[in-house]
Amino acid sequence: MKKTLFDKVWDSHVVKKVLNGPDVLFIDRHLVHEVTSPVAFLGLKNRKIKVLYPERTFATADHNTPTLNQHLPVKDPLSANQLRALEQNAKEHQIPYWGLGHEKNGIVHVIGPENGITLPGSTIVCGDSHTSTHGAFGAIAFGIGTSEVEMVLATQCIMQPKPKSMRITINGKLNNAVTPKDVALFIISKLSTSGATGYFVEYAGDVFKEMSMEGRMTVCNLSIEMGARGGMIAPDEKTFEYVKNREYAPKGEAWNKAMSYWETLYTDDDSVFDHEITFSGEDIEPMITYGTNPGMGIGISGGIPKSDAIEGGASTYKKSLQYMNFEEGDNMLGKEIDFVFLGSCTNGRIEDFRAFTSLVKGRQKAKNVTAWLVPGSHKVEDAIKKEGLLDILNKAGFELREPGCSACLAMNDDKIPAGKYAVSTSNRNFEGRQGPGARTLLASPLVAAAAAVTGKVTDPRELMAFETA
Amino acid sequence: MAYDKFKVLSSTAVPLPIENVDTDQIIPARFLKATERKGFGDNLFRDWRYQSDNTPKEHFVLNNPIYSGKILVGGKNFGSGSSREHAAWAIYDYGFRCVVSSFFADIFRGNCMNIGVLPVQVSPNFLTKIFEAIEADPNTEFEVNLPEQSFTIKTTGEKESFEINDYKKENLLNGFDDIDYLLNIKTEIETYAKDTPL
Repeated sequence: MKKTLFDKVWDSHVVKKVLNGPDVLFIDRHLVHEVTSPVAFLGLKNRKIKVLYPERTFATADHNTPTLNQHLPVKDPLSANQLRALEQNAKEHQIPYWGLGHEKNGIVHVIGPENGITLPGSTIVCGDSHTSTHGAFGAIAFGIGTSEVEMVLATQCIMQPKPKSMRITINGKLNNAVTPKDVALFIISKLSTSGATGYFVEYAGDVFKEMSMEGRMTVCNLSIEMGARGGMIAPDEKTFEYVKNREYAPKGEAWNKAMSYWETLYTDDDSVFDHEITFSGEDIEPMITYGTNPGMGIGISGGIPKSDAIEGGASTYKKSLQYMNFEEGDNMLGKEIDFVFLGSCTNGRIEDFRAFTSLVKGRQKAKNVTAWLVPGSHKVEDAIKKEGLLDILNKAGFELREPGCSACLAMNDDKIPAGKYAVSTSNRNFEGRQGPGARTLLASPLVAAAAAVTGKVTDPRELMAFETA
Repeated sequence: MAYDKFKVLSSTAVPLPIENVDTDQIIPARFLKATERKGFGDNLFRDWRYQSDNTPKEHFVLNNPIYSGKILVGGKNFGSGSSREHAAWAIYDYGFRCVVSSFFADIFRGNCMNIGVLPVQVSPNFLTKIFEAIEADPNTEFEVNLPEQSFTIKTTGEKESFEINDYKKENLLNGFDDIDYLLNIKTEIETYAKDTPL
């Protein structure tokens, strides 16, 4: 029978099928962080059971951690308490724990791939919706709630009905200054935030084949923003090359054995998907969002759509624009901004810092802009320094903070003040997401860099064209 | 953890006719710092419910005494965004036992069922009727019948059935959770794991 990539990985992980119910799915690797795990560990304690496979479980601190002075005790008592709880739970259950200051510490979806925890054809879960990131390796990876975290800690399994399948194919070539982030924001703007709910997505076509592993991670990361449980891309030579020799990846004979499985991980010709969508790479321009969900995005040179052109709730749409203090029909270009955030599990990797740096090089940060540059991990931070990017950034008036989720969800002190506008490379522009009353414009690292040096929404192509003129 | 059994619920309902209500609105991230599951109801819809100085926003539905009940009715695509189960905990802790919408985000729907809150998906037309019934009379009673899988507007008798898989239905009716089930098949899991390299 013809199978999709998703079918192959899912079916091989089913321990048992429940009649008229979900599948019992075996989870190869479980990532744990401080915010969604304490109640799950408490559940284990109440049931008097231990973590079944601690060697398949990895813990890091990222969501609530400060991005300055990490060597000092965490000031916020509630955050400190959560961090302490994770450290104790990890110790008690013998789970590897990479806390603040640890060389492997960083955002859970950045350190998974970095350390070879993320492998093709595996199943990966974490109590965080952006777990879809790991699908870039041809893994089935998705976010779960705390009851499910407890479930996986206790039994290494999860009970899920098999989602429907969707393939999004983009052929052709991407235009200048169009990054993986723009590709993802473009897709979400076409599908809406619920367009893929109930589906698991496979991304296919030239655009994704050409994309780097980090770019694929950005795209898969944002799958949840169109409602999909996850997204995945068939592994290829780039994938294997990325994984090889990383700490937790298989070595020697185990590597050869793994490769013989990984090389079977593609969608068979003539496989049938429940839904297929096709776009052309040439139709995508640098994107920016104007509203309060990631589906409210437009090409940066475009205007904010009129409410009568919007399908569905006009009142919800108007409420959203009111929150942003934008008018229907406004152009985004030229709008003044106050903050720039480069970072998060979406765009906190070395390629994102290279892109940002390439554009700010030889320019100066605009005086009206506060910029927070937050690497996704210590390894990313080290690479920024080693490659000389930090010097360029410093000369342009930027400073680097320490790794963590930071202003993406503003659980720590990195909060955008009420009413202020932030061009952010993160993943959500929900009301108050980056701080109560904060107004978020989601964009790529290049668009963020252009805003950082001009103080307003600027088409990065203008600055890049200027360089080559 | 085990939770209350769900069978038949008759109650008035609280209307929230907004689409794409995301879990950051249901409970903002800054209130996720607890290490125990208690007190989340106080911060349900925090930034829609309170001013920055913590005074209630009069116009928000939870601050309007004419609306009450154990059923929350939301617009399309309810519960999108973050996987935080704290959103479902906040809804439960506030006193809701059922959430009705014409469309739910996946993770939120699963989280609700895992703690004994029943997500009921109705057709867009029926959702409009429910909102209209509450608007006409905030004391309108509704019946959520899990054994029958039906949702009824009691004043008019209008009824719609909803879907739920047999396994989850059985769990909710009995207050069982997935971990009870999985611990019972632990030997099968261990056999599977033995053949699965790290």
